[in-house]
Amino acid sequence: MKISRRGFFKTAGAGAAAGVLSGKADKSLAALPAREDPFANAVSTTSVCPFCAVGCGTVVKALDGKVVQIEGDPEHPINQGALCSKGLAFSQTVNSPGRLQQVMYRAPGSDHWEEKSWEWALPRMAALIKKTRDASFVQEKDGRTVNRTEGLACLGGAALDNEECYLYAKLARALGVVYLEHQARI
Amino acid sequence: MTNHWIDMANADVVMVCGSNVVENHPIASRWLQKARERGAVILSVDPRYTRTSSFADHYCRLRSGTDIAFVGGMIRYALENNRIHSEYVTNYTNASFIISPDFEFHEGLFSGYDQEARSYDKSSWAYECDASGAPLRDETLAHERCVFQLLKKHFDRYDLRTVCSITGAPEDAYEKICDLYTSSGQADKAGTWLYAMGATQSTHGAQNIRTYAMLQLLLGNIGVVGGGVNALRGESNVQGSTDMALLFHILPGYLKNPNASDQSLEQYLKRCTPVSNDPQSANWWGNTPKYMVSLLKAWFGEHATPENNFAFDWLPKHSVNNSYIPLFEAMHKGDVQGLILFGQNPAVSGPHAGREREALSRLKWMIAVDLFETETAGFWKRPGVNAKDIDTEVFLLPAAASVEKEGSITNSGRWAQWRYKAVEPPGEARPDLWVLDSLCRAVRKEYQAGGVFPEPIIHLHWDYALEGDPHHEPDPHKVAREVNGYFTRKTTVKGKTFAKGDQVPSFAYLTDDGATCSGNWLYCNAYTGPEQSDNRMARRGKDDAPNNIGLFPEWSWCWPVNRRILYNRASVDLEGRPWNPQRFVIRWNPVKSSWEGDVPDGGWPPGAKHPFIMQPDGHGQLWARFLADGPLPEHYEPFESPIVNPMSRSQNNPAVKIWREKPGDKSPFGDREKFPIVATTYRMTEHWLGGALTRNTPWLAELVPNVFAEIGTGLAEEHGISNGDKIIVESARGQIEVYALVSSRIPSFKLEGRTVHQAGLVWHFGYQGIAKGDSANMLTPNVGDANTMIPEFKAFLCQIKKAERSPA
Ligand code: SF4
Repeated sequence: MKISRRGFFKTAGAGAAAGVLSGKADKSLAALPAREDPFANAVSTTSVCPFCAVGCGTVVKALDGKVVQIEGDPEHPINQGALCSKGLAFSQTVNSPGRLQQVMYRAPGSDHWEEKSWEWALPRMAALIKKTRDASFVQEKDGRTVNRTEGLACLGGAALDNEECYLYAKLARALGVVYLEHQARI
Repeated sequence: MTNHWIDMANADVVMVCGSNVVENHPIASRWLQKARERGAVILSVDPRYTRTSSFADHYCRLRSGTDIAFVGGMIRYALENNRIHSEYVTNYTNASFIISPDFEFHEGLFSGYDQEARSYDKSSWAYECDASGAPLRDETLAHERCVFQLLKKHFDRYDLRTVCSITGAPEDAYEKICDLYTSSGQADKAGTWLYAMGATQSTHGAQNIRTYAMLQLLLGNIGVVGGGVNALRGESNVQGSTDMALLFHILPGYLKNPNASDQSLEQYLKRCTPVSNDPQSANWWGNTPKYMVSLLKAWFGEHATPENNFAFDWLPKHSVNNSYIPLFEAMHKGDVQGLILFGQNPAVSGPHAGREREALSRLKWMIAVDLFETETAGFWKRPGVNAKDIDTEVFLLPAAASVEKEGSITNSGRWAQWRYKAVEPPGEARPDLWVLDSLCRAVRKEYQAGGVFPEPIIHLHWDYALEGDPHHEPDPHKVAREVNGYFTRKTTVKGKTFAKGDQVPSFAYLTDDGATCSGNWLYCNAYTGPEQSDNRMARRGKDDAPNNIGLFPEWSWCWPVNRRILYNRASVDLEGRPWNPQRFVIRWNPVKSSWEGDVPDGGWPPGAKHPFIMQPDGHGQLWARFLADGPLPEHYEPFESPIVNPMSRSQNNPAVKIWREKPGDKSPFGDREKFPIVATTYRMTEHWLGGALTRNTPWLAELVPNVFAEIGTGLAEEHGISNGDKIIVESARGQIEVYALVSSRIPSFKLEGRTVHQAGLVWHFGYQGIAKGDSANMLTPNVGDANTMIPEFKAFLCQIKKAERSPA
């Protein structure tokens, strides 16, 4: 859900703002000089914290296509605007200079990464998947149809979206993978 | 969770055992605070005095890995002091069922044990049935072979003295916990049980949780407001990834994965569809054929037909346990040659991580998709190895972060919540959905020229491109609509006619004839129409339901069918009157002849069906006939333990598989003379799991920059260690160098007449990122639970010494 900051405050912030205006405001805070909101023109988008499974709602603020702040969603019934240190720091994770931005490739025996393009990597990876699958594929074992490969394994998924997990499971099973596991097992 | 986060506020007693909720799910603790404001008592049971312990009203320590003894004693206390909810126990649990006369229990072993195979023949654990096959019951609970009497006899051995000598709990603190918690057995009181990896990461993890669940059943705490057995899950979507079946043994929606004995769809359905002759049993898994055929239609589309068994043959069938530990063992042997990995970091998070790093080095190729270069992706340049010796070809693909794509995640309370895209991903980073879609299409291209058994790949229903998009960008809404499911042809179900392409309104409308597809029956009801406004996971309705217990039924969507509290038919008596009239989950309105409140666990009138609808017999399972390691929980020591098991001659769980390189190899475990300290691993608020994200986030790396082990003052004194010293921690599997955090929060125990110390190890660290440090999992054992194969991270043995050099 995308909302302009103004629209957001009209809907979401109304409750919080009313609390302040009804005379409950802390005097010492009220006495602080008004500060210009550096994110006044930010576009707000609702999201959910990617760390733990409390599932706190967040509001992601972006300026010129860059995340500038991530706050707790005040409308969210579970976290009611609050976030813990991880949730609050997520804008820094997103903007971390360590983020991968290119496909990286490490050749056998090499001691470094090389930057590659998706166009280069996708057919290469697909060919390896096929080669390993076809070489290890077992159609029958002890007279029983099994149609599987034990040469190929898939891991991960607890940080993916449901739609991604679903396609991952579907693709892995179509390939005949039985070693399909992830964080829930450990 | 049977319940959900906000519902914790409705509890009268909160037990946190096997979780450190305040540290690891910090925002959830606001609901514990709300519970306290309402007058609730909060209890913390933990080997360490944690942030949760300091938040709680009462704390009791226990030695890591002794939950069954601790809670077994609570069960004894509840029975002895008549704290149980009798009406609930008699009507809603299998307490009254009579067990086979062949059942026996002796010296920690249940009848049917095969020592060679380390497994049980479970036939003697069965119910005794009449000629028609219906289980015999004695509702007076007096029959000597009824579950209630067997259970009473079993737990009678867990008396106060015995329990405290095993667990190390002080007797007075233990009794206080027993008294306070079992007060929730009153009909109108509720106790909630919160657990996490502290309970599951054990060789008897499933039985730990069963012990909690049994106590909850005896106290009538399941299905009710403020009750439940609540697993606090660690990763934002580990609930959803489990629902979607990224595990070897299941298919989406917890359908069983076919094994080699299922040579046809018919055989599979026969094995996996339970039958009940009891008209009062809803026997929900009786619907398996509808869910399975709908799944096959979602996966193979028009190629799944009645003539070809809906393409059942194309699914892989497993013969052995292919779970996480065997997976790495197979990789270590060189059998697994290619690994695809989405956002997982086993070089830090796996048990016996040194062995897993070695296993990775034996791969021919690896494809890793992540936000950062993890320890796993860079395993070939880890300290102590020469990259030139490692022949693995590695692809590291840049992933988009959650705010750079759109889709849903499911929280611990089963709420599936939709997230929107705020910004574009940086550089060439792409959403995982795009990566999966591109990989699948590239692999398909490879198979155009032929290959081994190409049918499931070529005929896979795979069409997710955004309508009219030239770049073939996959559309998460299209995927979500398939997960929900739609009609594949014009059909009439339950008197309602649907057109081809209509979304299925709920799983009650799924069919077993191929007229419906559904990628996950549990999510059928999440996306009920063609428009984005039909996406119920995106809902933001702020009103609570009229029963005013914090269900917020119009905020997002929750499985199944938006039912916020599972097994809620157990929250009312046989007339449909809530045990707690003040705060009810559901109640029967006799005037309107309908239920009010939450979505009931089936709409039948009160008393018409037994409440535990997922069980073929419809009852809460005080007695479990199908677990690998026994119908009742029994205390065994962890595989590495400082003492001889005082309960029986069975030192460890007899049904656990032990991994050895080759038969005849010596035990892979350390002994208590060389490694006298009990070690456990744990997490912190500021870091997250394998640490790839948080150790690359400057604020968080600054808050907790270094790895440390927390040790008690007594242990520190014995070894001349001061707070902040560097120490070496060693186990039978490896050693690490960490800072010592000396505190009185880590208790030691008097066991077998000597002092046994504990050490707590933070496990988030590794050799990449801004904040680096040794990984605690270099020390943990790769031995897993008898049922789940979850590794025993929480209780193993170690030794410590002061490092020679002090930190720079
Ligand atoms: S903000 Fe903290 S408590 Fe909330 S979901 Fe994120 S990690 Fe969990």
